[in-house]
Amino acid sequence: MMSDRFVSKDGLKDGIRRLMERRAVIGPVFRGQYHEFAQLAQVDELDLTFQNSRLSPKGLFHPHSDRMFTYSLAKNDPEAGILKEAPQDYSPRVAVGIRPCDARAFQLDDANFETETIKDPWWVRRREATTLVGLGCNQPCATCFCTTVGTGPFDTAGLDVLLVDLGDGYLARPVTEKGRKLLDEAGFAAAAPAEASSRAGELRKAAEQSLGKLFSTEAIAGQNTLELFNAAFWDEVQFSCINCGTCTFLCPTCWCFDIQDEVSGEKGDRLRLWDSCMFPLFTHHGSGHNPRSQKLQRVRQRFMHKLKYYQDKYHLGAACVGCGRCVSHCPVNIDIRQVAQLMSASCIC
Amino acid sequence: MYAYTDRIREIARRLLSEDRVDLVIGYRKGTVPFMNEPFAARTPEQADRLWWDSFCGANLANYLPRRTDRVGIVVKGCDSRNVVVQILENQIPRDKLFIIGAPCKGMLDRRRIAAELGGKDALVAEEKNGRVLVQGRGFEVDLDRGAFLQENCSICIHRNPVIYDELAADLVEEQSGVDRYADVRQVEAMTSESRWEYFEELIRPCIRCYACRNACPQCYCPTCFVDESAPQWVGKTLDPTDTRTFHFLRAYHLAGRCTDCGACERACPVGIKVRQFTKKLEKDVKELYGYEVGLSLEERPPLDTFKPGDPESFIM
Repeated sequence: MMSDRFVSKDGLKDGIRRLMERRAVIGPVFRGQYHEFAQLAQVDELDLTFQNSRLSPKGLFHPHSDRMFTYSLAKNDPEAGILKEAPQDYSPRVAVGIRPCDARAFQLDDANFETETIKDPWWVRRREATTLVGLGCNQPCATCFCTTVGTGPFDTAGLDVLLVDLGDGYLARPVTEKGRKLLDEAGFAAAAPAEASSRAGELRKAAEQSLGKLFSTEAIAGQNTLELFNAAFWDEVQFSCINCGTCTFLCPTCWCFDIQDEVSGEKGDRLRLWDSCMFPLFTHHGSGHNPRSQKLQRVRQRFMHKLKYYQDKYHLGAACVGCGRCVSHCPVNIDIRQVAQLMSASCIC
Repeated sequence: MYAYTDRIREIARRLLSEDRVDLVIGYRKGTVPFMNEPFAARTPEQADRLWWDSFCGANLANYLPRRTDRVGIVVKGCDSRNVVVQILENQIPRDKLFIIGAPCKGMLDRRRIAAELGGKDALVAEEKNGRVLVQGRGFEVDLDRGAFLQENCSICIHRNPVIYDELAADLVEEQSGVDRYADVRQVEAMTSESRWEYFEELIRPCIRCYACRNACPQCYCPTCFVDESAPQWVGKTLDPTDTRTFHFLRAYHLAGRCTDCGACERACPVGIKVRQFTKKLEKDVKELYGYEVGLSLEERPPLDTFKPGDPESFIM
């Protein structure tokens, strides 16, 4: 059992400054019009008063554009055409201020990138190199529904450390051994008084109570796949969709990617790029056939994958952590909470 | 505002029950404040779900190209001009459309309101007499709607639909004395180096989600140039060359076709002012050809016609 610690607000800054001397520290930074996770140049850039970042922090492990390999096409090069792993920085780093839902999303994504038989080296190495310091959500947004999908505003499942803002300082709860070591390294040694831990418990309770249960993922798992697939409601759900990539690109659990080669002169790069099931090109076959040529098929795929197929395949619940980004930023207000309600309704015929 | 809703429902119910259209494309009330969802009513009963307020910024003309059924559609001034362009470009025949005109006093910018709330979460928004009452947990603010218009709406000079079969309300007074191009002139006055930096910084946050393109009623190509794969014209990375190519070409494809409806800017999830590109082209087309997009079904757009007097100064 690892015990809670207490850090004053200034103490947190000092500790992070200490960590920054030895490793990269990433945190929510306000840039332009919203918060994004970026490497801190100065500790004062860190803004832990943020609600949530516009983009999820999945880019820490799965960047939008990632150079996997480089190769030469020079005629006289004996190594021409041989893929060489592109150099990457896998040195230890810390991400501070990760919301519990986003951290849980990394675990759901692990099901794709790190299995018994397949280990995606880029994902795995970046995950291993990173210590995740979470921040509990004292006041979840109106678009949040984390508790409905099996996580919560103080869920420690995907974190190494959980911070709770107590007003006068933070409760720092080590979750893993990696997290405990980080707290030691940062100098956060003071044990939290029992009163601080109980205040954190009250904050948790209040935050959880502010979130209702909006639908049942279990009910969706229990539905007949083909009946859901052929349900009449998809026609109404899909009407407004404009097939942009906003929902999938902002989503912490959308991991799909495309692999492309880019060649310039005698040098080539093999790149991994975010892709989206909303785009017709995503399923366009070399033959010219497209099994999801219609918008309805693409919209249905996104919701079925998140809420049904993923559950059936991995038995880890739905591939949604209720962060609400797609709800807030869909330009035409397609609301996954409503779609999930349609999918979980007992009669869908 | 809410009188529009009643009137739109009434018209839609009549059109559907008299079997004059197969569907009426309008909006239904959003699930979150400051948002409404484009919605197709297909039965007289569904017509009662139609809705109208100041958050109908999505351009419904986007749902028209290549439809073959009989469509009723609710249009604001800008949307109606997009419909005109689509008719001129043979994307939808006029006789398949029943156009319900909604004279518009400007749509509100949800991001501007969110910025004003400073991170506080809105739960309900209600409009009354030019004010917007926003309520959230433990707060209530009363905003002047005029201060929160979408930027394109604050400089709009065609608030009334230019083409319609029936109106949902009386025509509104058009804004006069509007300087539409103050920001474009500022960019024009920059040195080429600082202009380059300005545009580089403008598109830096782009994540290539194509929301701007997909929200645009004029971007209806069966395959967009960025989606061509044999040959592939544009790279898909976030390399500035690729992002720049996408934005520049998208804008040029809209020269003489963009109505500045603002759907692109409204859709962008990372808040890029993409209209900075299209407005410059709108200004050029106006100055070179004296043409304003989508005002008339009689006149061909300048870029698909030739006149002996056309300016040639830009031809090398």
